[in-house]
Amino acid sequence: MKATELITLFELAKGQEGTVSTSALAGSGDAADRELALRLFEIGFVDGERVRVIARGYPGGDPLAVRVGGTMFALRRFEAERVLVAPLAGGKQVAA
Amino acid sequence: MNAALAANAEDSALHLILLGNPNCGKTALFNLLTGSRQKVANYPGVTVDRKEGQMTTPLGKRFRVFDLPGAYSLNAVSIDEEVTRDVVLGVREGEQRPDLIVCVCDATNLKLNLRLVLEVRRLGRPMLLALNMTDLASKRGIEIDVPALQRELDMPVVNTVAVKRGGASALLEQLELAVRDVVPHAATWQAPDVADVTATQREVRRILAASVREPVIDTRFDERIDRVVLHPFWGMLILAATLFLMFQAVFSWAALPMEWIKGGVEAFGQLLAAQLPEGLLRSLLVDGIVAGVGSVLVFMPQILILFLFILALEDSGYLPRAAFLLDRLMGTVGLSGRSFIPLLSSFACAIPGIMAARTISNWRDRLATIMIAPLMTCSARLPVYALIIGAFIPQTTVAGVFNLQGLVLFALYLAGVVSAMAVAGVLKMTVAKGLQHPLMLELPSYRWPHGRNLLLGLLERARIFIHRVGNIILALMIVLWFLSTFPAAPADAIGPAIQYSYAGMLRHALEIVFAPIGFNWQISIALVPGMAAREVAVGALGTVYALSASGDDVAAQLAPMLAAGWSLPTAFSLLAWYVFSPQCLSTLAVVKRETNSWRYPLLMAGYLFALAYGAAFVTYRVSLALLGGPYA
Repeated sequence: MKATELITLFELAKGQEGTVSTSALAGSGDAADRELALRLFEIGFVDGERVRVIARGYPGGDPLAVRVGGTMFALRRFEAERVLVAPLAGGKQVAA
Repeated sequence: MNAALAANAEDSALHLILLGNPNCGKTALFNLLTGSRQKVANYPGVTVDRKEGQMTTPLGKRFRVFDLPGAYSLNAVSIDEEVTRDVVLGVREGEQRPDLIVCVCDATNLKLNLRLVLEVRRLGRPMLLALNMTDLASKRGIEIDVPALQRELDMPVVNTVAVKRGGASALLEQLELAVRDVVPHAATWQAPDVADVTATQREVRRILAASVREPVIDTRFDERIDRVVLHPFWGMLILAATLFLMFQAVFSWAALPMEWIKGGVEAFGQLLAAQLPEGLLRSLLVDGIVAGVGSVLVFMPQILILFLFILALEDSGYLPRAAFLLDRLMGTVGLSGRSFIPLLSSFACAIPGIMAARTISNWRDRLATIMIAPLMTCSARLPVYALIIGAFIPQTTVAGVFNLQGLVLFALYLAGVVSAMAVAGVLKMTVAKGLQHPLMLELPSYRWPHGRNLLLGLLERARIFIHRVGNIILALMIVLWFLSTFPAAPADAIGPAIQYSYAGMLRHALEIVFAPIGFNWQISIALVPGMAAREVAVGALGTVYALSASGDDVAAQLAPMLAAGWSLPTAFSLLAWYVFSPQCLSTLAVVKRETNSWRYPLLMAGYLFALAYGAAFVTYRVSLALLGGPYA
């Protein structure tokens, strides 16, 4: 399987699915960043988890509603940018 | 020693805490277990609800049940979560270490919920797991192998349905076995790191694979609704319609019960007046306490209707979605979508609004929301607006459809909202500069609101409100009565008695302060009792203009008098003043309570006064220049 290029969760288009790959960002940044990363982990944005963007705010697509596991969370842009995802082929491919 | 023994005997009930993620149905379970035997207070030193209830099992075992604030993790990121962590660990000051931890999980969402269970399990304390909403889980085809889960977690697991009568029977059976936790436990919790959390999440997934069979989650129903409800255009339209309906209800349904309360209070005052001899005691009871407290109590119906809507919207899962829709808009001035409900409530009265700000976990967001809440035009300002608009603004039609009086009223509401946004924007650029505000808000599945829970929630609100009225507000009323009663008017007085009182003496000072914004001495005096509740100013104006009428008649008689006595710029200036009206002491008292400091209510009073004065000054001077007038 070819490694897909990672994008941030914020860049994932509405309706498209992706797989979380947080390891790259975990533990980086300042204390507040690390705390945020940890909380995102705790609520389910862990390696290998499927995510899908259900809705986006207007304008600018911020905040976004993301389904992760069996839950939906609303995240602001800077929160979503702390999560890296590999977009899955298939589903609705919308140009970012 | 005897005292200690007595205390022990009294506290033979076991301490049980309910712990779980937000939205797991924990509070519904708490309601089911304890019914109406609840009391809500604050944890000392913080304004987090401390909900405690009594419960006795069928076999007679007694429990004190605590409904802890919802938490995703013991690694707290908000004051709520800190309280929860400290109570669980038994290190919260004034709180006894719990004998039993009941972890409540949403059975339809174990993937999220189980992690906290594993985190708490590490503490090695007596605990059990209540799988809540198992009815929904089986409806969705989720099969949970309870014995297997019990084995994997190494703790008792019971099914509960918190919204059904008897839905906690399995839990009650299990509780019969509970004993006092006498084993000494050291609080050995440590903040987890990334590796810890990853390991725990892996463990959650392993346990789920071993004990739960879940079909591919069918989220189509929710998502179909959300496609419309969260849509930038249609969603906003639905939100606007919902709010419109809510406001209609608050103002039209409440009108009748408000009349009843007003009538009841007046009748009670008259009854007292007839029973008591003329004198100070009668004046204190009738004019001070009954009339004063009554003037705040009259808002009860509006507040209850407002909270009925809010609780129902919250229970259904719509409220966080409204917050999602408005987050971007509120974010531009440094607030978050969560500020929306407190601000909305403030249109009825700032007091429940400021109380509702507790749902904002981020302290800075919460403070900013509290600070701007009084700028939302509360219903207490309506009688004042109605009086002045009725007296000064002609009933003409503008552009064929709009009523000019209605337009002015709308403009006043709008002025409040716009200035609130401006103040929040200034706070963002100064105090909270450069801070990123998290949202991270769960949007739970849609559910039908549950009648019993709505009722209990409503009772709780009513209790809190009456509590406030009974304490702080009562005390303020007595002080204000004192100011406007003493010293008594001399026997040969010609003017109204209030002129000779301390409030009347203040008039000289007040006149100097308020002359530049066009207020005459009558207005200045009326502002003093108006500090109790804004609409009291109408009655007070009636008093200083020496009217003998009461209630609605005051406004009817007063309007032509004001129209003849005041200049138009003065009327406009008073309207502008009331957009900010800094003088509601009840609001300031609640802010003091909710922030645990005098700093914020003083700051609030200061900035509101400055804005009110500035706005009235500009309004007065500009309209003088444009219209001319007696003082020009």
